[in-house]
Amino acid sequence: MKPAIYLDHAATTPMHPAVLETFTAVLQDTFGNPSSTHQFGRPAKKMLEDARKVLASSINASPNEIILTSGGTEADNLAIFGAIQSTKNNGRHIITTKTEHHAVLNPCKQLESQGYKVTYLAPDQNGVVTAQQVQQALTDETILVSVMYGNNEVGTIQPIAEIGQLLKDHQAVFHTDAVQAYSTCTLDVEELQVDYLSVSAHKVNGPKGIGFLYQRNGQQLTSQLLGGGQEKKRRAGTENVPATVAFAKAVSIAQQSAEEKTALYASYKERMAEIFEQQQLDFNPTVAESVPSLSHIYHVSFPGMDVETFLMSLDLEGVAVSSGSACSAGSFEPSHVVTAMFGDESEKARNSIRISFGLGLDLSIVEEAAQRIASVVTRLVK
Amino acid sequence: MTTKKAPADTRVVIGMSGGVDSSVAALLLKQQGYEVIGIFMKNWDDTDDSGHCTATEDFEDVRSVCDQIGIPYYSVNFEKQYWDKVFTYFLDEYKKGRTPNPDVMCNKEIKFKAFLEHAKSLGADYLATGHYAQVVERDNGVAMLRGVDNNKDQTYFLNQLTQEQLQQVMFPLGHMEKSEVRKIAEEAGLSTAKKKDSTGICFIGERNFKEFLGEYLPARPGEMQTMGGVKMGKHDGLMYHTIGQRHGLGIGGAGEPWFAVGKDLKRNVLLVEQGFYHDALFSTSLHATDMSICSPKELPETFACTAKFRYRQPDTKVTVQLNGDKAIVTFDEPVRAITPGQAVVLYDGDECLGGGTINEVFKDGKKLTYVG
Repeated sequence: MKPAIYLDHAATTPMHPAVLETFTAVLQDTFGNPSSTHQFGRPAKKMLEDARKVLASSINASPNEIILTSGGTEADNLAIFGAIQSTKNNGRHIITTKTEHHAVLNPCKQLESQGYKVTYLAPDQNGVVTAQQVQQALTDETILVSVMYGNNEVGTIQPIAEIGQLLKDHQAVFHTDAVQAYSTCTLDVEELQVDYLSVSAHKVNGPKGIGFLYQRNGQQLTSQLLGGGQEKKRRAGTENVPATVAFAKAVSIAQQSAEEKTALYASYKERMAEIFEQQQLDFNPTVAESVPSLSHIYHVSFPGMDVETFLMSLDLEGVAVSSGSACSAGSFEPSHVVTAMFGDESEKARNSIRISFGLGLDLSIVEEAAQRIASVVTRLVK
Repeated sequence: MTTKKAPADTRVVIGMSGGVDSSVAALLLKQQGYEVIGIFMKNWDDTDDSGHCTATEDFEDVRSVCDQIGIPYYSVNFEKQYWDKVFTYFLDEYKKGRTPNPDVMCNKEIKFKAFLEHAKSLGADYLATGHYAQVVERDNGVAMLRGVDNNKDQTYFLNQLTQEQLQQVMFPLGHMEKSEVRKIAEEAGLSTAKKKDSTGICFIGERNFKEFLGEYLPARPGEMQTMGGVKMGKHDGLMYHTIGQRHGLGIGGAGEPWFAVGKDLKRNVLLVEQGFYHDALFSTSLHATDMSICSPKELPETFACTAKFRYRQPDTKVTVQLNGDKAIVTFDEPVRAITPGQAVVLYDGDECLGGGTINEVFKDGKKLTYVG
């Protein structure tokens, strides 16, 4: 078998070696509980709070606005359920989009079953929802707007700052799921005017099991986990110090190389497209080049392909990419994002793959991957 | 197949169900040095209100056993093809008052057609399954032989495979007894070693057959009568009964037990008679459709061989007159409870020659209209 090439960095990322070093060092040396008042607790508390400062400054927030969670899903859930419970007297209407991650969609569905009204904004064919759409859906009853920053499947970036501006004088709190965007976008909560923002460490070469929710000072949030008074009573449970410190390390590394990566990934996309063209493949990038999108995600449709066979063949050829999601029995289910953009019957839901870039790649590896993809497509398209 | 490649250069896709048979088949192929890829087929969605789905557990078993063996695994969805080609046929046959065999159809349309195509698109040289049957080389092709384990032999269900399909197929368990297969699984510590064999039709599983069928077809209760028109009570739907069955008639009383001997679809009457050996249950020949011969031998138009009319029945001596995809099969001795919709499968010694679907049943040249 050929050496495998990992092009699924939007699913999860390998830990950066320096992050791994930090992680294991803390695991080994600093086991104390940060809530303990003795000399074992104090260094743990200091490390935790230093890390929190790094995380806060990465999005231009204050340390006390950072609530550490177990990851992106918990951050999304906490934002939605926590904000709703604190603002339900103001109304019962929520606005979100059809292309959110399930960590937002499923909480919204549950709230619907509890009597909340949820408006799911439909994207255009590039996956974009506009501030105008939000404005049109907005009512005096609206208490929450949740729109993701960059889509995890197709990569589309939403006009978050515009929506933030629109909501500035409205009672509705504004949440954005920035889990996928955190690795390659510069996020500034003041510029975006968001009240809540979710991120996760394992998408930015950090460890799994840690993430945070940004909560704007002054916002009311009801804790969803009850227990100790950690995280200023917003999230109970002993803090995961090693993972948090490693997360902060990963974020500082990611921030140093953000611009460089954007340029690099753009060159990867370009090179792949060149190779696909040379090999005379029929292919269409899902999101138009003119539309802002995440630099590390390249979502491409190959007419005539069937994604189930496609993914297996690519795996056997040593190329790891993904598409849609798998059901619990492992079989393919069409993506809700692609069907929201192109309709239930669209072939694109059955013939596109998500290629995503990250740590450990270079142009020659990407070229090799493009050649392997091209050979599979050439063999399978009849 | 073309020239034989070394096992290491031969890619084999194996259909994995999560059961012990396909697990051991995969293990054996891996031990023989093949490049093995395990694939789970999801043909049916039985997700209930609580989100529980048997395919999930089966796939979990595939996952864990493939990890143990050290082969990649995937899942492929054939729900639509299964519905269109197997389940629709299954319901249609019941609507006609016949007793279909969905396993035969699944092998013909799904496992050795859609799935074989899928395997080939992954660059596979062979498709393997855990069936108890053997494929052996002959001068002019390959022959399908009964599995060595007489009690497990599954050639009955494989009768519709063509010579071309057989040439692309491997049955690693065909030369083994089931007890050996279990032993290998246990010795290798496979996670599926102790798993119970699945029973019944795959999409119904352990569920109540009557209840299941009732969800898809309206049951029309009607009368039970003897061939002579004597009313014997009520039945709850013709589709719940099959020829030769004693079970579920609910006719008590003195003397020998009662059996279903036929169905009058027009009047919605179930025909019943008394005694296991009642004359109405016996016939002497049948007409088959969908005849498919897989043997590499040139068969004459008329030949003598043996046949099975149901799974696990002992063979009966017959004479076959082939005519394209149809055949007339005449029995040496009268046979009990031949049922339209089931398969008639032909054998020459241990070789399975092929088979077809029982379409019409005759006694001494006269069609038995009451069996369907």
